[in-house]
Amino acid sequence: MVNTDETGPTWGTWVNMSDIAIELRGIDKSFGLVHANRNINLTVRKGTIHGIIGENGAGKSTLMSILYGFYQADSGDIVVDGNVVTIKDPNAAIAHGIGMVHQHFMLVENFTVLENVMLGAEDSQILNTSISKARVELKRLEKEYALEVNPDALIEELPVGLQQRVEILKALYRKADILILDEPTGVLTPAEADHLFRILGQLKDQGKTIIFITHKLREIMAITDEVSVMRRGEMVATRKTNETSVEELAELMVGRRVLLRVDKGEANPGDVKLSVENLTVRDGRGVTMVDNVSFNLRAGEILGIAGVAGNGQSELLEAISGIRKAVSGSVLLNGKPIDVTGHADPRDLRDRGLAHVPEDRHHVGLVLKFEEAENGILGYHHDKRYLNGVFLNTKAIQADAEEKIKKYDIRPPNPRLKTANFSGGNQQKIVLAREMERGPDVLIIGQPTRGVDVGAIEFIHKRIIEMRDQGKAVLLVSVELDEIRALSDRIIVMFAGRVVGERDPDATEGELGLLMAGVEGRKEAAE
Amino acid sequence: MDLFHTIIALLESTIRVSVPLIFAALAGLFTERAGVFDIGLEGKMLGAAFAAGAVAAVSGSVIIGLLCAILISVLLALVHGYASITQRGSQIVSGVAINFVVAGSTVILGEAWFRQGGRTPALAGDARFQTITFPFADAVKDVPILGPIYSNLLSGHFALTYLAFAMVPISWWILYRTRFGLRLRAVGENPGAVDTAGISVIWLRYRAVICAGILCGFAGAYLSLAMNAGFVKGMTAGKGYIALAALIFAKWRPFNIMLACLLFGFLDALAIRLQGNPLPLIGQVPVQLMQALPYILTVVLLAGFIGKAIPPKAGGIPYVKER
Repeated sequence: MVNTDETGPTWGTWVNMSDIAIELRGIDKSFGLVHANRNINLTVRKGTIHGIIGENGAGKSTLMSILYGFYQADSGDIVVDGNVVTIKDPNAAIAHGIGMVHQHFMLVENFTVLENVMLGAEDSQILNTSISKARVELKRLEKEYALEVNPDALIEELPVGLQQRVEILKALYRKADILILDEPTGVLTPAEADHLFRILGQLKDQGKTIIFITHKLREIMAITDEVSVMRRGEMVATRKTNETSVEELAELMVGRRVLLRVDKGEANPGDVKLSVENLTVRDGRGVTMVDNVSFNLRAGEILGIAGVAGNGQSELLEAISGIRKAVSGSVLLNGKPIDVTGHADPRDLRDRGLAHVPEDRHHVGLVLKFEEAENGILGYHHDKRYLNGVFLNTKAIQADAEEKIKKYDIRPPNPRLKTANFSGGNQQKIVLAREMERGPDVLIIGQPTRGVDVGAIEFIHKRIIEMRDQGKAVLLVSVELDEIRALSDRIIVMFAGRVVGERDPDATEGELGLLMAGVEGRKEAAE
Repeated sequence: MDLFHTIIALLESTIRVSVPLIFAALAGLFTERAGVFDIGLEGKMLGAAFAAGAVAAVSGSVIIGLLCAILISVLLALVHGYASITQRGSQIVSGVAINFVVAGSTVILGEAWFRQGGRTPALAGDARFQTITFPFADAVKDVPILGPIYSNLLSGHFALTYLAFAMVPISWWILYRTRFGLRLRAVGENPGAVDTAGISVIWLRYRAVICAGILCGFAGAYLSLAMNAGFVKGMTAGKGYIALAALIFAKWRPFNIMLACLLFGFLDALAIRLQGNPLPLIGQVPVQLMQALPYILTVVLLAGFIGKAIPPKAGGIPYVKER
């Protein structure tokens, strides 16, 4: 692919037009009462990486789905390469050279890479010829864009980063010139994300146009040329990336000034509240996930556990909170042992002052089909104040929910609304309110801001620090290194189930990154 | 030698009773691989058997009977498709409903039309399938070992019997070697992948359901036009459910399906043979136990011996675009 910008047509006013890959004019889309996109105008120049940023629910994904033919706009025009086009289904989008990498991969897990790439673009009824053709083409693409992947590997056996690469290859195989990536880094480790950015840079150099959707400001600053900001279904601004700043973008996104750095004072560590000694946990397949981990957590401090996802943090949290059985080791809560290798009862642990905000709020933290108020007491539902004899005291539950909604600014403020209908950030606030308002001695939090928008992140971080300042012991696990560094008083890093090092929060990102990658840790262990 | 003849006879009847199971299980393979669970195999088969018996009796033509069997079965499949694909209803409820409606209506229509207590008139001559005898089958009959195998086991079956066994590799070829098969398997695992690739999920699933209708049509026609000489009420007698068990047992794979159906057919044939004949040492075995054996076997073997049977991931879930 050669970038034709410099050698493009030179006749009159069309010069500008030929620079433009995609133009959206006055796109409008409603779903029932929800006005998802309002009169959106967007111009994406050829051969650039154009970021689209906005909070969850700002309408980014809807807009891109319209461009990819998944939905039809109620009004407005899509202009591709200077021609107004109708994109009535993904087929039409593909025909116009538009490819999309979805947030949740659209891959068939028990198919091979080759079969996935081919699916929908097979060129004959019988597969044999299509397969050999696809194999040749895939080899060519791999070479041209340095996107290596074994064509015969099953998708389910590939790490997420490679699965995403297959999605990109799928788009390139269909000869996409314009690639849309919807929240591509959400599932990636930092290293995988960096790799993706390099790939995107390469694609851009080869003349592809890339539309990059995210709610992470850092990523916008790192790789985009231009950035458009969406807020509540509207396109509020477009900037050249090198002429704007994180602060300005954050303000545009949220519509008010946002505190990106959390203010926190010195910690006043007190007694040891949670003491973990030589804890070892295996998963269902017998693989050791937590390997001989020991640490102490004191009152009035936040201990952050950094690490790339899948290095044992999840299993560690589950073992401490009594959801998963440990193989060996001991845990003391307020000086008294938790039966981690036997039957630690989460209810008993709650009564003893341990609260747990699980990493996966959808499957562990909440019952999405329940009302907000019901989720607000989940796990504490046997508490006398929510009960009337053997029946639930709905009035008390309602009142309790309303109080928390006010205090945690949960929106919409309706305790009877199904939890599934709240945004990610508000769902997380429901869980946090439930666990924090009990005033536990020890608070264990996994991924406090995963899938949560900027405005809510600020609020959640403040609340976590407040808990610390009230003398609670907080154990924080997050794959967002920035978050760990901003909140923690001490940081331990986990790699392959082991604690590979402890650092102060002012340790550099590079230093922690090396520990997370297991590089420094090995040296340290050897010494 | 007597034991040998007994075994040949047993295997011969195994093949005979396996045929409708193979057709029905392959039918289930097509829909379930496309993500539509099909508990209505029983009903489709029964409806087809009735249509075949009734039409063949009136028209006197086995071919017209067969075509009507397929037609009715496909129509029932489309009802299931409309309820579960277009209207996104519960696939289980729709399947069960079809089974009940067919079980009742075949008896009512049969009684109304033919007044023989829900039966269709006995078929003879051109109104019924005839067995095919291989060349020299009679001549080699007395050759030891190979003779009976050739003339009793391989020769002397109905055309539909050979078709059923031919459908096994054909189904495999369709599913694993054609574009249609690739897409069909994909839509049963992740319909989103198919939709974003620009292929219609709905049309693809309808086609899978139609394939199942055709195969169930063969199964039903075999019951009333080949294995028996006419339709008898409730003549599928749970074969649709056994076929489902075979499908799960076979982990949704064509050749495994054939083996599972043969195994279940063998148990069935054994049950018939053992009726009234006490086993040495054990004594009389209740026939109900033998009849329950396929289900017991499926549960026991799936529980511990052949590993987990993982159904198609999107099976049973109607496809809805996000939002």
